[in-house]
Amino acid sequence: MAISISHLTKRFGQTDVLRGIDLGVEKGELVALLGPSGSGKTTLLKIIAGLEWPDSGRLVVDEADWLQLAAQDRRIGFVFQHYALFPHMSVRDNLAFGLTVRPRSARPAKAVIAAKVEELLHFLQISHLGDRYPAQLSGGQRQRVALGRALAIEPSILLLDEPFGALDAAIRRDLRRWLRGVHEATGSTTIFVTHDQEEAFELADRVVVMGEGQIAQIGDADAIHDHPATPFVARFMGATVELPVTMQSGRARADGLDLTVLPRRALPDGPAQVFARPEDIIPQPDPAGPWRIISRTSNGANLRLVLRHPDLGEAELDTPRRAVAADCMIADASMRLRIAFGTIFPGDRRNPAPASEPENIPQLEKTP
Amino acid sequence: MDPPFRAKRVLPGFTLSLGTTLLYLTLIVLIPVAALILKGAEIGPERFWRIVSSPRAVAAFRITLTAAAIATVFNAIYGLLMAWVLLRYEFRGKRILDALMDVPFALPTAVAGLSLTALFSANGWFGAVLHPAGIPVVYTIWGIALAMAFTSVPFVVRTVQPVLEDMDPALEQAAVTLGARPWAIFTRVVFPTILPAWLAGCTIAFARSLGEFGAIVFIAGNLPFQTEIAALLAFIRLEEFDYNGAAAIALVLLGFALVLLLVSNLLQYWAARYREDSR
Repeated sequence: MAISISHLTKRFGQTDVLRGIDLGVEKGELVALLGPSGSGKTTLLKIIAGLEWPDSGRLVVDEADWLQLAAQDRRIGFVFQHYALFPHMSVRDNLAFGLTVRPRSARPAKAVIAAKVEELLHFLQISHLGDRYPAQLSGGQRQRVALGRALAIEPSILLLDEPFGALDAAIRRDLRRWLRGVHEATGSTTIFVTHDQEEAFELADRVVVMGEGQIAQIGDADAIHDHPATPFVARFMGATVELPVTMQSGRARADGLDLTVLPRRALPDGPAQVFARPEDIIPQPDPAGPWRIISRTSNGANLRLVLRHPDLGEAELDTPRRAVAADCMIADASMRLRIAFGTIFPGDRRNPAPASEPENIPQLEKTP
Repeated sequence: MDPPFRAKRVLPGFTLSLGTTLLYLTLIVLIPVAALILKGAEIGPERFWRIVSSPRAVAAFRITLTAAAIATVFNAIYGLLMAWVLLRYEFRGKRILDALMDVPFALPTAVAGLSLTALFSANGWFGAVLHPAGIPVVYTIWGIALAMAFTSVPFVVRTVQPVLEDMDPALEQAAVTLGARPWAIFTRVVFPTILPAWLAGCTIAFARSLGEFGAIVFIAGNLPFQTEIAALLAFIRLEEFDYNGAAAIALVLLGFALVLLLVSNLLQYWAARYREDSR
């Protein structure tokens, strides 16, 4: 089903959790809500599910106003971060819950439910676990059961809240691929919340980056990676080197920086900032260069260098250790830096972002 | 031989603390119970049976059990409701209500008995209404049940409360998203989760009601064959210097209590069978 969200706001006490969300999701699409903790992504998901209610805005699904509809009647599949399996029910009973709980008139016959559960057990590849209780399952198995329980009601929309957050890396990768398969098999519109970029980009058709209760950017991996819309997105995507530059007729300039590769930007003359990833900064030995190497560490494949410029400050960069020039990368060597890839945003360092200020984003998960 | 190294405990003194605990348990619990059993044993099975099967004793047991059952059914429902209200809703004076829940624990049972009698006697506030309506409470089994319910309700509230509090709200949310209506959420998700604690609370409340004495003697009227409870009968026998009679009746009460504890533990074991650590 197609989802259309407009001007959605939500406030918990003094905190604006959602500050005007506009988002459309096509039928059958797989969308990721990506953002740091406290960005409002889980709240948005819960509003779609009917577990939270917005203060204002609209939520329309296939022409129906879902804000007039109780959660029970939305027929959504919701997968919780910590599974929320019913501990006193066997796996089989958990899977059947959404069917057995229906009013008598709408409830399928016992045999039909049993057959459906068997089918799900098989589909989830956990046929041998049907009679176990959740406490006797591993994390990955629990997550499969949780997803199966949501799928049992043949949901119109599937919502997943940090579905793999509590699992270790190997199982995560497995389940991710498997979820993609499930999505392709069922074709249901799916939205999942994550703070893991890799997960979002690998799994989703489209990624919605959220910060501070707003949508910062919508796009696919390449677009968000190469053209971050705001300093917040740039930082979130790993562009952690921020250097002050000066704009002059659409070109960025700074002492000791080679910025000629960067495309011309229609920005007013004056102070600006360039955001770049450590691996996109190429050090070039130059006896007259203003940058000095102040530390050098190796992780085997790459050298990580920290350089200092008398005016611009410090910059961290990664460069292949076996590269030709690597021998000159010793402490105190003089360098120039070439920015191979980066994004320019207007404003100086003290007043960097016109749109959002990502410094205030809390690091711990807020459960409102 | 001891292993060469041993993990140091954070707090020392295991032997001493266990020894103290066992000594205390022996002095306070085991020796009195053993003495009671020995006292009963010296009566001989035939006389024992004659004492406990005498019409007056049987009537006393019947009254005690019936009244305790009524009180427990009432507390099972009311206690659960109370725990629910205290946890699930925010309202003015909630903390005061929460504190009031412990009054039956703290109040001397005689005081409880006296005030209940005053309220429900024919000229008391409630009695003045109930009595003309043909519902006498004082000097009936209802009065006994009332006194029992008053003193034992905190057991249900205080055992259910923490379990209900620890329940993951996501469980109920999951049930909602799966289409469950409020009643189904309660009966199929919430209630099974608190069932073990609730059963435990009800059993303790029942056991406490069987042994209640102070609150009941004021309101019951203590008429043999009608409103005389077992504990009082044992007391009367003791006053008549009939130690054997008192011990026999007390032994039966002890037997009830032990059976109840056993049943309670079995029920809890059954209700918690899905937990990993209970296996």
